Amino acid sequence: MSATFQPLTQRSRVVSDKKMTFLERIYLPAILKGMSITLKHFFFVKKVSLRYPEVEKPRSAIYRGHHVLKRDDQGRERCTACGLCAVACPAEAITMIAGERKKGEESVYREEKYATVYEINMLRCIFCGDCEDACPKEAIFLTDRIVEADYLRKPFVFGKNELVEPMEKSKRIDVSKRQTPDVLKFKEQRQYSHNR
Amino acid sequence: MQYLFYFFAAISIISALMVVSARSPINSVIALIVCFLSIAGHYILLNAQFLAVVHIIVYTGAIMVLFLFVIMLLNLNQRTEPQKKLMTRIAAVVAGGAFLLTLLGATRQGLQIAAVNPEDASVGLVGHVGMALFKDYLLPFEVSSVLFLSAMVGAMMLGKKEKATA
Amino acid sequence: MLYTFIFLSVLLLITLGVAAYETYAERKVAAFMQDRIGPDRAGPFGLFQPLADGVKMFMKEDFVPSTANKKLYFMGPAIAMTTALLTGVVIPWGGTLHFGGEAYSLQGADPGIGILYIFAMVSIGVYGIMLGGWASNNKYALYGAIRAASQMVSYELAMGMSIVALVMTTGTLSLSGIVNGQLDGTWNVFVQPLGVLLFITCAFAECNRAPFDLPECETELVGGYHTEFSSMKLGFYLFAEYVNMFISSAVISSLYFGGYDIPFVDQTGMASNLVVILGTLAFFAKVCFFIFLFMWIRWTLPRFRYDQLMNLGWKKLIPLAILNILITGGYMVFNGQVKL
Repeated sequence: MSATFQPLTQRSRVVSDKKMTFLERIYLPAILKGMSITLKHFFFVKKVSLRYPEVEKPRSAIYRGHHVLKRDDQGRERCTACGLCAVACPAEAITMIAGERKKGEESVYREEKYATVYEINMLRCIFCGDCEDACPKEAIFLTDRIVEADYLRKPFVFGKNELVEPMEKSKRIDVSKRQTPDVLKFKEQRQYSHNR
Repeated sequence: MQYLFYFFAAISIISALMVVSARSPINSVIALIVCFLSIAGHYILLNAQFLAVVHIIVYTGAIMVLFLFVIMLLNLNQRTEPQKKLMTRIAAVVAGGAFLLTLLGATRQGLQIAAVNPEDASVGLVGHVGMALFKDYLLPFEVSSVLFLSAMVGAMMLGKKEKATA
Repeated sequence: MLYTFIFLSVLLLITLGVAAYETYAERKVAAFMQDRIGPDRAGPFGLFQPLADGVKMFMKEDFVPSTANKKLYFMGPAIAMTTALLTGVVIPWGGTLHFGGEAYSLQGADPGIGILYIFAMVSIGVYGIMLGGWASNNKYALYGAIRAASQMVSYELAMGMSIVALVMTTGTLSLSGIVNGQLDGTWNVFVQPLGVLLFITCAFAECNRAPFDLPECETELVGGYHTEFSSMKLGFYLFAEYVNMFISSAVISSLYFGGYDIPFVDQTGMASNLVVILGTLAFFAKVCFFIFLFMWIRWTLPRFRYDQLMNLGWKKLIPLAILNILITGGYMVFNGQVKL
C-alpha cells in the first residue's frame, strides 16, 4: 500500500522540526506578521456576532422547532388521539389520554375520539419530526418557533395549552412551509392507509 | 522624624526577634522581609535613598524571593525540624550570649562611630554614592565584582551535571 | 501638603478607574480581534460592564480553603494590590501648572531614584503572588507561585540592564529628569531602539501578561496562583494585574516615548498651563496606546513554554542588554560625551 493522502484544502502545512533560521529565532518578523493579522481583524473584518434577542439568525423554512397541534378550517382540533405519534417518537416524549366526544362538542373536536390530555416533554424531544410523519390526520407539525429557556424542568412538559393553535383565524400558525413538494407528493399516494 | 525612627526601630527589632523565634520557616522568612523593609525605612530617614532602594531590590526583591522559593519547595514542617538535645541548646545559648558580650565590649572600648559628614544631607543620594564607588573606591569595587564573578562561575560549576563517566 | 493629598487621591481614583476600564477594553479588544462584538449589554456599548463585573465580584462567595494558611492567604492579594498602586506616585503625569503664583506639579513625588523605586515596588509585588499561591495549599497555585517568582527575578535582571543603557545617556535616574531630557523632541526611543524592545519585552514578563503569563496560564494550571481565590480577593489579584499594566505603560511612555511631550508644541506659543494640560492628555493617549499594545500582543501570540521563557530571558535578553550597554558606552566615548 503506497496510498498517499491528498490534502483536503490548500491550507495544510507539513510540520517539521528543522533548525530555525536567524530571522525565525529572533521571533520579531513572525510576531509582527501575527500582529498585522490581528490588527486587520480588529479594524476591517466584519463581526459575525448577532445581538440575539434583537437580531435572530435566519432559520430554514423547514426548521423543526416548537410543535403545534393544528385545527381544521372550522376551528376543530384535528387530533384523534390515535397514539401513532407517541409510538413513532424515538425519545418517548409524547403521552396522551384519549376521550370520547360528547354531544354538542362537534364544533370543538373533529373526530369522535379526541385527546383530553396531550403532553410533549420538550426536554426529551429531539425535534426529529417523526411525529409529524406518523400523523394520519395532519394534526401535529413542527414549526420554526423556538422553545424558550426556563429555570425549572416542570414548564418544559408542554400540554395542550402550549401546543394547540389559537381558535382565531388570524392567529393560526402557518405550517405550509413544512409541506414541501416531497411531502405533498407522498400524501397524494392513496394506496397507503396512512393517507386515507 | 524622631517618631518615625522609633517606629521603624521597633518594627525592625520585633521582626528580627520573630525571625529567630518563629516556628514555621515561612513566618521566619516573612519576618526577615519586614525587617529588611524597616531597615530600608531607616535608610530613607538618613536621606540615603539609593541605598534604601537598592536594599529593597537586592535583598527583599531578589534574595528573599529565592529564600522563600527554596522553602516553599522544601515544604518544611514541624516534623522535619531538627530537635536538639537540651544540653546542646543551653550550650548554644551560653556561647551566643558570650559572643554578644564580647561584641558589645569591643564596640564600647574600641570603635568610635561618627558621622562622616553630618552637615551634608545629600551624602546618601545617588550621585554621591556613584562618585564614592567609581572614583574614591574604584579598585575595591571592581575587585569585589571579580569576586562575584568567580562565585557565579563556581556556582555554575557545582550546578552543572557531571558527564557520565561510567 | 493638602495639594499633594488631593493629587494622590485623584491619582488613586484615576488608576482604579483606568484599571476597571482596562478589563472592559480587554474584552472588547479580544472580541474585535476574534471577529466578535464583546460586551454590549450593560449600558451603551456595554460601558457599564466594569460596574457589573465589580458587583458580581463582591456578591460571590468569599471562599477560604480549610487547609489554607489563613494569614498569608489574606496577605497575598493585599500585597499585590498595594504595591501595584504605590508605583504610580513617582510617574510624571504632566508638567507643572501655575495658578496665582503657586506651582502645582503633576507628579506625586520626584525622588532622585524614581525608576529604581518602581523596580523596588515591582520586586516586592511578587510576594503577593508567591505568598498567595503558597498559602492556598494547592499544587497548581504553588506551581504558579514558583513560576511567578523565578520569572520575575529573571526578567528583572534584563529589565534593569536595559535601563542601565538609558540611564547612561540621560545621566539621571529621576523620571521627571528623564522626561525633561526628551522635551526637545529627541525621544529616547530614537536613541535606544534596542533598549525599548528589551524593556517592553521585560515589562510584559513582569506584568505576567501573555505571551509570558505562565504563572496563571489557565490551560495548564487552572488559574495558577489564584486558583483557590474567589470573590474580591480574586478581584484584587486581577485588578493588580491591570494596574500594573497601566503603570508599565506609563513607565514605557515616560522613559522612551517622551512622557508628556508633544513634538513642536513649544513653537505654537500657547499658554503654558494649556500646554501642560494638553501634555497630560498626550501622555494618557500614549499610555492608552501601550495598554492597547499589551492587549494586542496578548490576543496575537501563543504562550511560551517555560524553558523557552527562561532561554529568552537569560540567553537572549540579558546578553542583548549587555551588548546594548557596551554599544551605548562605546558611542558615548567615541562621541566625546565622557572622558576615559
